[in-house]
Amino acid sequence: MTFNFFVLPFFLGLIFLLVMLAVRYSRWIAAFNPVQKAILRGGINSSTVSRALAEVFMESLLHRRMFRRNALLGYMHMSFAFGWFLLILIGNIESRTYSGGYINPPYYPIFLKFFVHDKRVLPFEITTIPGIFRFTMDIVLLMILSGLVFAMFKRVHSRWFGIRRTTSLKSVDKIALSALWFIFPLRLLAESFTAGMYQGGGFLTNTLGKALASFLPVSYFAYPAWWAYSLALGVFFVAVPWSRFMHIPTEVLLIFLRHFGLSSTEKFSPFSEIEINACPRCGLCIDICQMHRVAGEETTMAVYFMRAVREGKLDAEVADTCLLCGRCMEVCPVQINTNAIRIARRGENSSGIQQNINYLKPVSRRKADVVYFTGCMSHLTPAVKVSMLSVFSHARVNALMLDEEGTICCGRPLKLTGQAEAAGLLVKANEQLIASSGASLLVTSCPICYKSFKEDYNTGIEVLHHSQFLNRLAKEGRIKLKSTKQNIVFHDPCELGRGSGIYDDPRELLARIADVQEVTEERKNALCCGGSIGDLGLTRVQRKEITNDALDVLMAQEPEILVTACPLCKKTLALPGRVIVKDIAEVVAGAIELSADQDKY
Amino acid sequence: MNKRVAVIGGGPSGLECAATLRKMGISVILFDREAETGGHLKQWHKLFPDRRSSTEVLHLLRDNHQPDGIEIYSNTLVERIEETGNNFTIYAQENASYMADAVVLATGFDLFNVTRKEEYGYGIYENVITSADLELMFSSPGKLVTHQGVVPRRVGFVHCVGSRDEKAGNLYCSRVCCITAVKQAIEIRQLLPQTQATCFYMDLRMYGRHFEELYNEAQEKWNVSFIRGRLSEAAENQDGSIIVKVEDTLTGRPLKMNVDLLVLMAGMEPSAFTPKIITNQATAYGEDGFMLPPDPLIGSNRSGTAGLFLAGTCTGPKSITETLADARSAALEAADFLKEILR
Amino acid sequence: MTNWGYYIQKDRQIDFEANSHEVSAEVESREPSFKLCISCGTCAATCSAAVFTDFSLRKIILLVRRGELQGLESELTKCMLCGKCQLACPRGVNTRNVVLQIGKALQKFKL
Repeated sequence: MTFNFFVLPFFLGLIFLLVMLAVRYSRWIAAFNPVQKAILRGGINSSTVSRALAEVFMESLLHRRMFRRNALLGYMHMSFAFGWFLLILIGNIESRTYSGGYINPPYYPIFLKFFVHDKRVLPFEITTIPGIFRFTMDIVLLMILSGLVFAMFKRVHSRWFGIRRTTSLKSVDKIALSALWFIFPLRLLAESFTAGMYQGGGFLTNTLGKALASFLPVSYFAYPAWWAYSLALGVFFVAVPWSRFMHIPTEVLLIFLRHFGLSSTEKFSPFSEIEINACPRCGLCIDICQMHRVAGEETTMAVYFMRAVREGKLDAEVADTCLLCGRCMEVCPVQINTNAIRIARRGENSSGIQQNINYLKPVSRRKADVVYFTGCMSHLTPAVKVSMLSVFSHARVNALMLDEEGTICCGRPLKLTGQAEAAGLLVKANEQLIASSGASLLVTSCPICYKSFKEDYNTGIEVLHHSQFLNRLAKEGRIKLKSTKQNIVFHDPCELGRGSGIYDDPRELLARIADVQEVTEERKNALCCGGSIGDLGLTRVQRKEITNDALDVLMAQEPEILVTACPLCKKTLALPGRVIVKDIAEVVAGAIELSADQDKY
Repeated sequence: MNKRVAVIGGGPSGLECAATLRKMGISVILFDREAETGGHLKQWHKLFPDRRSSTEVLHLLRDNHQPDGIEIYSNTLVERIEETGNNFTIYAQENASYMADAVVLATGFDLFNVTRKEEYGYGIYENVITSADLELMFSSPGKLVTHQGVVPRRVGFVHCVGSRDEKAGNLYCSRVCCITAVKQAIEIRQLLPQTQATCFYMDLRMYGRHFEELYNEAQEKWNVSFIRGRLSEAAENQDGSIIVKVEDTLTGRPLKMNVDLLVLMAGMEPSAFTPKIITNQATAYGEDGFMLPPDPLIGSNRSGTAGLFLAGTCTGPKSITETLADARSAALEAADFLKEILR
Repeated sequence: MTNWGYYIQKDRQIDFEANSHEVSAEVESREPSFKLCISCGTCAATCSAAVFTDFSLRKIILLVRRGELQGLESELTKCMLCGKCQLACPRGVNTRNVVLQIGKALQKFKL
């Protein structure tokens, strides 16, 4: 007999959850715009599906990214996710050996030990198939329970797990969490009581069962334990759609959609909804956020921003206050594109006016091989411009400075406030300007502009950040650099490093000239200088705190100078007056070795 | 038992404080980290508002005001001061140490390093100089030319460089730069009658006696023009002249102007040496970085430590007149303190 | 109402009493650094938009403070939000947010 009323809470809960998921997911997918739907149709094939399955296995189950961040945290999440998956998978296979048929009701494998008492198998025997199953199921359960112990510990000693503070929970989260924490201990108890009654079970359940049977009337306790187990499961399933555990199925959906080619853009869409519902509220983005750790913000970190969006309670100030530095994206185990979603919400929430830059007239420039775009900020750091012009001259590059008299902003600062369409007018004007020069290469000394050119422009020509261009010149021998043996540190600008993936070019280039020291937080983990063109809400006092905190890390080895590759970083890091800050172009220009036949500039 | 006061710093405040103490019959040792005493006064040419010769004032402070009995240690950098029981031990380089019953800190100021205002182009464009550079050029009139060696047709003065500027890390006003700019503009007009002088300001702080009158004179007698607008940046023309980027706020329109020489009025910053000397808890620094007396209104020469006094610009920007008065006041406080411990 | 005794051209006068100060108050509360502006003009001097138009943030802030809101909305749209002014401001005014908040306040108190 393969039915008992106690399975109902589980069974009904499961059906409810599956219906809720089907409804919600199909609504989201149906609401995709035509472009997204076209991408979806074109993206589904055997290779993308198998890649998605592989990522689901590595990330949703094994939590590989999280392991890299902190082993304890990774183990804790993995033990639940992978453990539960194994219980279901292996349980299903095991149950088939007993029922003989391929179609079993879903509750059968879950409550197998209630329905089947296989007396043929000794509890500690692992040489027969049933014995192997017995052993495996028990060891997986033990792994999950160890994870549960860690989870309980994390509530008290979160620092061991690499995070100082963990995400605050809402009431429905607390209900779901409690139910989840009860599930596996109750399974253990139910199986153990039953094992005690029938001398069945594996190494764990049998041992525990015997121990309990020695002082308790297990036959009275077993059935209520199964009820409790089923109820815990049922309550959990019903709570999921409104709790943080919605991330479990949603993350799987997200992985598939990503492999099919979809991504979050600066326009809020159902895909963005899916991303923010895939957030596991793991809390890794809390401590990593400088706005929180240094400047004392409590509500603007990525996890709370996404919560506010999900609940429809987003304050414009929360959307506006973000450095857009990308440190949270770097650490997110689900790789949610929080920057894009933040920008998208800024555009949605705007109760203000749209910028209308309709006054730029078409202009023609003289012809040149290379156009140099300094960007707005560089006008306030003229040493960069002068250095670049000097290098162009030494390397005999036919370069034209595109924005000598005044820059038409690249458009990215405007886009980051959520006005991507308005930024389009700036893009068009600059595209026309670049095209009129006939150049085949665009070099810019500002990473913000660089990112803008790469992502939003159709220049049709090669675009390089000046650190890349200077490195190329050095590699090709077009400039010769002399070594100074100075002790320096390179600061990775957010838009160049995490934003554009350029970490090596500046370092390779600087290594030819000076002794580049490493610091504890650099490259992908680099701290934001606080200058941020992305933030609208921090006060000047908060920004200075962030700058000084970043300088503490950068100055740990007491470098003679700090080198960076962004005019905004340069000005910001130099503000407290703690160290001389130079742009990479200045360092290079100062290190150029003049050969005998070259004129002194 | 004769009591002794150590004066740290041999600029105007140190010299005047030492002289005043000596007049009261108290013995003084004075430390100066430079080869010659006089501090920044050595770099100035003429002093505002009356354009008094700084060399004359320097000699007065050194020679006339300096009765015998002051031990002066030049080229001596004081590294730290410690309270040792009832008196102080002063440590200088190479483990030299000295004892004193009271100490007066007269460590003075540093000029703001204008390369930190990169947008003004000092060190990048050759015809951008500081007010201090200009004073040196006044001392040798043959040198009053642009980098290209010609007489400038127009000289621009930029007020508030490194002062009243959150981006320079200094929110305070350096007090004396406005009057210095007006003085220097007049001097340019005197020395080079064909040259125009223009001052770019946010406010004109003519706080002292005869300052407002000097401003009047600058306009009426010397044709100095004043434009209310703060430069955002400077740029360079092909011929080396400087383009100023400024909004003429009073007419509300952007201004296009070239100058042949741009003078940056560098502000005052607390001396970088001062915090290294005193490290005890009782010594407080204001948020502006200058030393902060516990009662700045009434006890402006008293530090938080008994027997340790403050004189001159180490507590904030001051003119020479104010510095000398402050130094004398500090001497009085020190003398009063010594009488206390003599009792 | 007593007659003052001297005549000022009505359209030139800033009638501080009659002008609405709701927009100014709103911007002050949303972006407190707005209060720090001393109209030094550095923002306007460095402004990218000012190269091509007669946009002046200094002037706009002043007019908002006086309650002179005519035509401000269309002026504000000229700003590229490039941020040079924020990098240059000696008082540390969050100029980009000021521009956006003035726009929001003008919409909110649309007469």
